[in-house]
Amino acid sequence: MPTIATRNQPNLVLAGRRAAWRLIVLVTLLKPVSNVFLAWGMKELPQSLAVNPLLFVRAMVDPMVIVGVLMQIVWLLMRISLLSVADLSYVLPVTASGYVISTLLGRVILHEQVSEWRWIGAVLISLGAALVASSPRNTPATKESR
Amino acid sequence: MRWIWLALVVVSAVAGDLLQSREMKTEGGSGAPGMARVLRLIASRWPLGLSILCMAVSFFAFLALVRIEPLSFAVPASAASFALETLLAKLLLGERLAVRRTAGAILVCGGIVLVAH
Repeated sequence: MPTIATRNQPNLVLAGRRAAWRLIVLVTLLKPVSNVFLAWGMKELPQSLAVNPLLFVRAMVDPMVIVGVLMQIVWLLMRISLLSVADLSYVLPVTASGYVISTLLGRVILHEQVSEWRWIGAVLISLGAALVASSPRNTPATKESR
Repeated sequence: MRWIWLALVVVSAVAGDLLQSREMKTEGGSGAPGMARVLRLIASRWPLGLSILCMAVSFFAFLALVRIEPLSFAVPASAASFALETLLAKLLLGERLAVRRTAGAILVCGGIVLVAH
């Protein structure tokens, strides 16, 4: 006769899967949105920033950069958490959809030029991410067979 | 100058990701840890602390890169770390690259190259 713990196991597995997917979606979306805030804030600063590291201090008080940095900190913590339930070689391609979102946001919000090749590349990234997402999250030898 | 910043973004991101993944593989037994637990882990495990330092270097190099290059170049170009990390995940972390995962990773790499075109 199954115990309460055994009966609850499928629910726990399902809850774990849902939590992992929630993390994947948040990690994927947060990065490109924070990149837009950073790019927006940095474009207001002089070009000499690239050769004068002291000007980074000035960048750190720009409101757009501050929002971007805060979002990147949250993104980093969520991604570290995600790496505890999924392989790095799974997380990388699945969250690569963020590149597609970055390209879209660069075009729509920052009015950057996006060539046809970039759009084709974005479609390839989406297909690759979908293919990897349909594979198991963990390497069986290191997680499931323990 | 842009290639120096790009190299710094890639190398430090690869080092940071490998360190994080290696440390977190022992933590997923009861589901993904919350933000507070992740912060405690960062404070108590030096490889995670070192990985944060690597990510910080990568982040500041990225800031310098987006200042001199468009975002639609900087983001996909810095994804050169993608191929390197996938390979090192297999070689150093022992992750199994099954057919679907490998095919998907190749598609994503091809896409990134086109997006950076």
